[in-house]
Amino acid sequence: MRRPRIDRAFNASDKAGTDGDPMIASLCLILLCQLAGEIFVRGLALPMPGPVIGMLLLLVLLLARDRIGLLARGPLGDGGVESGARGLLAHLSLLFVPAGVGIVQKLDLLAAHGLAIAAVLALSVLITLLATVATFLLVGRLMSRGQTGDRPTP
Amino acid sequence: MSADPFSLWVFLSQSPLLWLTVTLLVYASTDALSLASGRNPFANPVFHAMWIIAAFLLVTGTSYTTYFGGAQFVHFLLGPATVALAVPLYENRKIVAAAIVPMLVALVIGCATAIVSVVLLANAFGLPREIVLALAPKSVTAAVAMGISESLGADASLTAVAVILTGIMGAIIVTPLMNRMGITDYRARGFAVGLASHGIGTARAFQVDAVAGVFAGIAMSLNALVTSLLVPIAVTLLLR
Repeated sequence: MRRPRIDRAFNASDKAGTDGDPMIASLCLILLCQLAGEIFVRGLALPMPGPVIGMLLLLVLLLARDRIGLLARGPLGDGGVESGARGLLAHLSLLFVPAGVGIVQKLDLLAAHGLAIAAVLALSVLITLLATVATFLLVGRLMSRGQTGDRPTP
Repeated sequence: MSADPFSLWVFLSQSPLLWLTVTLLVYASTDALSLASGRNPFANPVFHAMWIIAAFLLVTGTSYTTYFGGAQFVHFLLGPATVALAVPLYENRKIVAAAIVPMLVALVIGCATAIVSVVLLANAFGLPREIVLALAPKSVTAAVAMGISESLGADASLTAVAVILTGIMGAIIVTPLMNRMGITDYRARGFAVGLASHGIGTARAFQVDAVAGVFAGIAMSLNALVTSLLVPIAVTLLLR
């Protein structure tokens, strides 16, 4: 999978970067992927979010570095980008707080339609959860019935 | 230096430092409470942080623009966090590949259900058209939903609020709902909550089960892609 020898050779030439830099390098890689995603989406005027393209790009890079040893260095070697990403995702729900506080701008609108909006959202979430989980289980069951070798889901 | 506490407040209340600190401090407390409650769904850290900060802004007469001056540093990280979802996807590529067909079918059905149900329900409840448009992309992550809403000419800040409320509601009901239904497949449970309730649902799924978290993350990122394609179509078909 990883090429530790290449990593060591790479890092030996720049000693300052062995311990302190992986965080910055992996943040750079994540931002570069997002930037490339934004440029791609805006450049082609696609109706798609840039960060999602950035995610696909990072996934392709991670898969590619397992085949091409040359890529397994910097943030892509030594689990650098993996630990950076875990750090970001560990507090995913914090990132939604600023947008949620935006409710203070909508108080007049919520006073007029708040109950209806809350009811619509709650019902829609309930229906979406049920439809998604039912489809997932149904298709999974149909498939495991089709290929008898597969172990059924517990 | 002035000893007048009022002028100190005037200075602080305009500085990003105070609002960034308030955001982190309140979230750290609500998250600690949620942990102390054994991750009870009703102790949702986003929900409690949101109303406490909102009440604080109202009491101190601070505008959202001023608050956002500090909070934007946290908000900005939503984009990089979306990119970072590539890592759990990569690390679990084997179980993901094994469930690819149920996932893709559930993605299309779930995404269409999320959009169609909210538009039809909002119409049935007699909500005005501009609100219906703003609610349509509510199941995808904030940054993406706001982008979709803007491209429809709807109110993106209302969309952001709808997105957060949807996330919180899904995160609160998913565990009791799935337990009551007797669903024990954590891939399916995670996928459903990630699709219906984006990052807040994903954060909840990671609290319950690691596999559920991974599938929620995948559902959230794939749904961002599919919803941005489906919302414009659904809106033209359903709202003439």
